[in-house]
Amino acid sequence: MLKRISTLVVAGLAAMAMAACGSGGGGGTGGDGGSITMGFSQVGAESGWRTANTKSVQDSAKNAGITLKFSDAQQKQENQIKAIRSYIQQKVDIIAFSPVVESGWDTVLKEAKDAKIPVILTDRAVDSPDKSLYKTFLGSDFVEEGKKAGQWLVEEYKDATDPVNIVELQGTTGSAPANDRKAGFQEVIGADPKFKIIASQTGDFTRAKGKEVMEAFLKSNPDIDVLYAHNDDMGLGAIEAIEGAGKVPGKDIKIITVDAVKDGMQALADGKINYIVECSPLLGPQLMDLAKKVLNNEQVPARVVTEETTFTQEQAKQVLSTRQY
Amino acid sequence: MRRLLWPAVVLALLLLVNVFTPNFFSIQVRDGHLYGTLIDILRFGAPLILVSLGMTLVIATGGIDLSVGSVVAISGALACLQISEDAGVFTAVVLALGLSLLLGAWNGFLVAGIGIQPIIATLILMVAGRGLAQLITDGQIITINSPAYKVIGGGYWLTLPFGILIVIGVLAITAFLTRQLALGMLIESVGGNAEASRLAGIRARGIIIMVYAFAALCAGVAGLMISSNVSSADGNNAGLWIELDAILAVVIGGTALSGGRFSLGGTVLGALIIQTLTTTIYSIGVPPETTLLFKALVVTAVCLIQSPSFRAKAFRRRRRAVLPGAASEERVRVTT
Repeated sequence: MLKRISTLVVAGLAAMAMAACGSGGGGGTGGDGGSITMGFSQVGAESGWRTANTKSVQDSAKNAGITLKFSDAQQKQENQIKAIRSYIQQKVDIIAFSPVVESGWDTVLKEAKDAKIPVILTDRAVDSPDKSLYKTFLGSDFVEEGKKAGQWLVEEYKDATDPVNIVELQGTTGSAPANDRKAGFQEVIGADPKFKIIASQTGDFTRAKGKEVMEAFLKSNPDIDVLYAHNDDMGLGAIEAIEGAGKVPGKDIKIITVDAVKDGMQALADGKINYIVECSPLLGPQLMDLAKKVLNNEQVPARVVTEETTFTQEQAKQVLSTRQY
Repeated sequence: MRRLLWPAVVLALLLLVNVFTPNFFSIQVRDGHLYGTLIDILRFGAPLILVSLGMTLVIATGGIDLSVGSVVAISGALACLQISEDAGVFTAVVLALGLSLLLGAWNGFLVAGIGIQPIIATLILMVAGRGLAQLITDGQIITINSPAYKVIGGGYWLTLPFGILIVIGVLAITAFLTRQLALGMLIESVGGNAEASRLAGIRARGIIIMVYAFAALCAGVAGLMISSNVSSADGNNAGLWIELDAILAVVIGGTALSGGRFSLGGTVLGALIIQTLTTTIYSIGVPPETTLLFKALVVTAVCLIQSPSFRAKAFRRRRRAVLPGAASEERVRVTT
């Protein structure tokens, strides 16, 4: 650590010397008493999930005594690349970011590597073949989420002998969460032939599409036992469709969703959803922990899974009041 | 009327595809309102029909409006924000529609007042509008619980979906204004040649600003319907790409993109074709991975069937092969 600080001090001094007429405000990285500076580039603020994610990173940075430089990419890769370049120029100690898209990061990550700034990916992965460009990837395991959903279903219907008709609302076609949540779910329920997915369509992760697709499912398939939606929002849309069809969501049709945002948890507590698999945005504490380990030159695993749980209706009632997002 | 023939044929064909889908054509009365797939097509198609109606008049003046999707998001966001802050539904609706009108007038001002090309002028609001919608919702999905607001997009009146009644109302008013009064002819003449119509004494600038304001108003109402249907406003996704569907509906309906003539009935059929196609995809279970390709193939086929010159070529060739003498007669019929 001492060695690290001294190199930082030297680097800082060198930087100041080079930037002779610098504005004076931005020079204080790392030089002051060994505090860590982290540059974090967020995807945007597209949902409550993402906002909770941002807040978690900001709060836990404060708690961990890490100076956070935060930027919002507003869903654009070029903004994110710009932010990362500016972090490299500011000589932050570590860079963390949630990539907007999977590809096109090699150049800028190489620049970070050349500047000897470690990079941690959060929430979303990049598809670069060169794994040395980042230290670790911290995020949810979507396949695992699908499996958890499947396991609950198998447990719930373990005594049933009749076929169980399932409809599935997939996320945006081709997106990693949609592919993996589908695959994990299928893997678990595929073991028992009584589970049948009778219809599966994309609802684009939105309430409006979830409702529209579910309306069509309800009409073309009179016998639906279970709905598996890849996120809460589609599930919430589908609930409206089910109610419109004169059925009782949670009873006539059992509903499993993924995410556990506040609206979803409310529906779970109200008995309209039966089970939610959490996809937690609160990865801030784990991120700060990893950042410290990386900067201490400790070994970190290449893949760290976010700590996540699942909720039944009773659990939802208990935690609803303290739900942050 | 002949112009409406082909869109109607296509719509009928699309519906026929669903003959083997169970319950597709059954319409029941449930909870005192009509219930069935055909009703769903009307209900979910209502916002698209509205947006397309506005788009029809814009295109008739030789313009295009790419910003309608963003206006949909803004209008829904503002209304839901107002309601979540305990404002009355009426206030919320009036504010949202007022803002939509203002945004439309801004588009019209950029096009007619400053002379920016329509595609660029409305592109500005298309991009900025999403940001504005997210600013209003603070990047969150606003969930509301207002039975009165819910009626606009999800409710029923006289057993029919309320949304489709709004559409019928707007369609009737628009048809009256443009087909019974001179307004339609003025719009077409501006679309044909704005400068010539100005010299002929038509206030082209005012007409252009008016059609953009009308398009945005329609989009605003559609935004209310979409957000009301799911009782929430989603600044990111509400009305996303609806401008493209609307343009497609207008084109399928036989309105030329070059402006100068338009068909309201054709547009309604075009929008219904698109919604029927979407619902059909869900009903017959096209896998999501191939949905876009499937849609593209159908749309290509529809556009080809719609094109008089393609029809002339295809049919002429076949007739010549069978009956050489009929070719010249056919050509005459096509050119009239």
